[in-house]
Order: sequence, then structure tokens, then C-alpha cells
Amino acid sequence: MSTDHLLVVEDLKTHFSTTAGVVRAVDGVSFTLERGKALGIVGESGSGKSVLSRSIMGLLPGNNVMRSGSVKLDGHELMGLSRSEMRSYWGQTMAMVFQDPMTSLNPVMKIGKQVGEGLRRTLGMSKQDSIETAERLLADVGIPEPARRLKEYPHQLSGGMRQRVTIATALSCGPSLLFADEPTTALDVTVQAQILDLLAAQQHDRNMSMILVTHDLGVVAGRTDEIAVMYAGQIVERAPTASLFANMKMPYTEALMKSIPKLTDKAHTRLDSVGGRPPNLISPPAGCRFAPRCPYASERCLSEQPPLVEAVETPGHYFRCWYPVGSQEYIQAVRRRESLAAAGGI
Amino acid sequence: MAVPAPEAGGRARRRFDLRLWLPTAWVALVAILAMTAPWLHSVPLIRLKPNAKTLGKAGQLPSMKFWLGTDQIGRDIFSRLVWGGRVALAVGVVAVVVAMVVGGTLGLVAGFYRGKVEVVLNTIVNTLLAFPALVLVLAIITFLGHNLWNIVTAIAIVGIPAFARIAYANTLAVSQREYVLAARSLGAKNKRILFREVLPNVILPLSAFALVVTAVAIVAEAGLAFLGLSIERPKPSWGSLIDDGRKLLVSKGVWHVSFIPIICMFLTVLSINLIGDRLRTLIDPREAKV
Repeated sequence: MSTDHLLVVEDLKTHFSTTAGVVRAVDGVSFTLERGKALGIVGESGSGKSVLSRSIMGLLPGNNVMRSGSVKLDGHELMGLSRSEMRSYWGQTMAMVFQDPMTSLNPVMKIGKQVGEGLRRTLGMSKQDSIETAERLLADVGIPEPARRLKEYPHQLSGGMRQRVTIATALSCGPSLLFADEPTTALDVTVQAQILDLLAAQQHDRNMSMILVTHDLGVVAGRTDEIAVMYAGQIVERAPTASLFANMKMPYTEALMKSIPKLTDKAHTRLDSVGGRPPNLISPPAGCRFAPRCPYASERCLSEQPPLVEAVETPGHYFRCWYPVGSQEYIQAVRRRESLAAAGGI
Repeated sequence: MAVPAPEAGGRARRRFDLRLWLPTAWVALVAILAMTAPWLHSVPLIRLKPNAKTLGKAGQLPSMKFWLGTDQIGRDIFSRLVWGGRVALAVGVVAVVVAMVVGGTLGLVAGFYRGKVEVVLNTIVNTLLAFPALVLVLAIITFLGHNLWNIVTAIAIVGIPAFARIAYANTLAVSQREYVLAARSLGAKNKRILFREVLPNVILPLSAFALVVTAVAIVAEAGLAFLGLSIERPKPSWGSLIDDGRKLLVSKGVWHVSFIPIICMFLTVLSINLIGDRLRTLIDPREAKV
């Protein structure tokens, strides 16, 4: 393996002990991320994608969390570090942009103070320097009249502007790895693309690595180098972006893809959705975790858990499925369903 | 795409609000008179008279000489009211601030650090809460003596648990907000998060509640004084003025000696509550800021 791996995650598990039992929110996730590259983590609500990013950062609260595995950042093992040891990584090496800019900015603190806080405390800048740097940061993230905005409170800004402020804050200490946890979910559709483009541009300009967490495959499509699809606490498919879209192996990814509305669809076309619900993470299904919802599942899928394997024809493309999309068995399953449908069974 | 920001101070330039300014004016008047009482005897127009001396016939109605009349032994009611206001002010401000600072700190620390600290502090607060307030106050005053600062101390101690509870509940909620996590993800230490992120958001509801407690504290002191349990007579307190006037009302049917302090106290307490209500709707981030 080349040495330019900024982040190496191996068999990361994050379990929560609750009164109902142990919730396996992240269950054996491994991946690597190169410096300056972007990884998209995609999955529906409750798939563990947000917990994964917070677990890597070591930001999970409480004493009911059990973490195991290995997280190496720039060669340094982060697992088992104390809070105060982790603090030296927060802000300067790793930073996070949160989902909802309405709640991720302190309502009673001026923008300038919030953006400048990290600069002053973590980087030890003087007040004057921090104001100037904060102004430049706001300009970098495309906020007009940054000098005036510094003196304003969050409620005086629109949602898109606020998210730009949180991005500026996250970038303030020059992290080499940025987590963006559903950064556009709380925003207007018209603003979403702007924010995503801003993140991609900043990531490129700063040669920063980025992990973009989202439930929307469309969001990560043009903006990440690699995509990992998560389901029930596990990575079920991971591939370079182009390879994933050209040649998806996992029926779950396919289902996510189908649930994106297409411009070419006729008006009032019924939106495809993934039937059923995500599995209970306290006692996940014995076989493939997606099997109960998978239209192509067979006996084996329900009893035996498939491993994450590399595709033969496209190296670097991993998936967790016995009968991947396009395989002989998959085609048979599709035919079976079609004939059932024709017989009026469905 | 940016929403035009409301002009700075736009909220302050709203319509002149009588429901806020009238009570504020009354409270300010009472507070200024009470604070400046020792010097008022030399101020022209006011010429405050000694409050503990018999100056004329008992039970006189208000006149140019005695603005609010005289009491059962011929003392000037206005000057006794002003001096009594000092007691109300001390109880309403000092006791409440002490209770807010102590109780607020307990609640903040318990809600922020959780764990063992939380258990210990909550046990203290619950114990205090379970103890009958009146008995506690009487015990403290009987034990330490009937002077102003002991009464302030007693009322402050009784007020602590309520502030602790409110601070605790708000801290629990605020600590869960994403901006706290965001600050932490930027490398902020606990102490800084507590003071910079949590405290400013907890202090708003706490201050709104403090105004309610101020009104309650003034009434509580007056109640103690009415029962003869506050500062020693002849030093005036609104409660003891009402009590003095009550005797005159029963024996001679003279009403103004008791009603003037009653009205004064009623207006003060009402004003404080009205201010509290208005401020709450103005400052409450849930209503004012989206």
C-alpha cells in the first residue's frame, strides 16, 4: 500500500449499550482514504453513517459507547486516545460540518466570534489577526460583505449563509480531513448544489481529504472520488465513483439509485422506494442484512452473510452480495419475478 | 439568495410599549427612592422626614406636609414607605442574585458534567427542596437574629433549589445542541464550552425566572414582617407598615395607614411580573429568533 493514505480505518465497531440490548450502529467497517481525495458515504437513515463519522473523530458522547478496531490518521493510531489527546486533532487535523446550520451555530454569539474562536484558542492568534483571518475565510466561502457579517448574529443570516459560516468555521484551523455530515439536508434545493460545489472547491484548493456523508446518491455522484454504501452498520459496496455508477453490484445500491426521481420520467410517475425498513441493529438478520428487503434474495442470502469481496473484472470495487447485479443468479431472479408479475402474483 | 438582514436594533425601535414602560417607570421610581433614602432629607421638594420619629397627630390623611399622611403614632408614612423600600430592594435584588448565582452554578455544573457530580448536586438540591421553606426561614432567622442580612440570607437559601432546577434542565437541553458538538469538534475545552456556549444560552431563561422570584421574595419578606418576623421594629418594612395600619383600621376605622403600603407593594409586585412577562416574550430565543 502506498504511504499516502491519510486515513486508514480497520474493522471499526461502534456499539451502544442500551436497556434494550447492544445496538451495533457500526459493525466492522474498513476503508482507506488518500490525501486530497473525497469519499462519499451513502446510506439511509439509521444505517450508521453519521455514527461512523463521529466515531472516527472520537466525538461520541457518553459512557455507553463501545468502540473497537483501528483508526489511523496519518499513521497515528487514534483508537484508545483520551479526550485531551484527541483534542489536539480536533480542528487542526479533523473538522466537521454538521447537518443543520440552524442548530450548529450558537444563537447568542456573533458570527465573527464563532469563526474566530478556533483561530484564537487553537492556533493562538491575536484578536486582530483572528478578525482578519475570519473575514478572509468568510470571503473564501462566498459570503458577500464579510466584514459586516462578522458583527451579525446567526438569526440574521439565511440557511445557506449559515451553512457557509459553519464551513468557514470548520476550515478555520486548516484541517487535513473534513467530515461533512449531511451538509445540505436541511437546506433549500436551490442552495444545496452551491454548498456542495463550495465544499468540493475548498477540498480541491486546500488539498484536503473529505468524507461526505449523505443519504442521496445524487449528491455524491459528481463530487467524490470514491463511494461507500452503508447498510445496517456495514459497508455493502465500495468503489471509485465512476465504477460504482457504471457497474453497481449490490441490489441495495441499485434500489437507492432507482429511488432518485429522473427528469425524463413522465409527470406523476410513481417514485420507486426501497420497501420495508432498515433492520433492527440490536439483532440484525443472520444472513445478508439486506436480504429481507431484497427483491432477488434466495435461501442462501437469508442464512449466510456474504463477505465484502473485490470484483474480478474491476479491481477496487468491493461489494457484499452472493448474487450481485448482473450475475447469472441475479438474472434468473429477475426472470422469476417477471414471470410471477405476469401471472398476476404481484 | 441572502435574506436581507433586519436593521441593527430594529427590535428596539418597535412601537412605544406602555405595558413595559409604565411598570418599568414605577419600579425605577421605587428603587431610586429606596437607594437614595439616606440623602433625601436634604433634597429640595422632597425633604424626606425622619421615619422613626413622631412628628404630628396620629392617623392624619395625606396633606402637603405629610404627603401620605401619618401613622398610628404620628410618623410620616411616606418616609417610612421609602425606608421600607430599602428592605424590599435588598431582598428582591441581593437575595435573588445570590440565589441565582449559587443555584444557577449548581444546576449548570450538574447538567454539564453529569455523572457523579450530577448525583451529588441533585441530592443537595432535592434535600433543600424537600425541606419546608417557611420552617427553614424561621429557623435561620431565629438562629441568627432578626437583621436585614440574615433575612436576605434566609430567602436566598430558600430560592436556590428553584434556580438550580431551571439551570439544570436548560443545561441538559443546550448541551445536546449541535453548536456544542461543533465547538468541541474544533478543539474547545470543557471549561470554554461551559462558559462560552452553554452559559449564555442558559442565562436568558434564568433571568426571566429571576424576575418572578424577585416578586415572590418581596411578598415573602412582607409576609414575615407582617408576622413580626422580619427586621426589628421600629425599623420600617412594608409588611410591618401594613400590620401597623391594620391595627388602626380595626380599632378606629382609619384605612389609609394600611392601604397605602398595600397599594405600593401591589403595584411593585405587579410591575415586576409585567416586566418579566414582556421581557420573556422579547428575549426568548424560541419566540424572537428563528
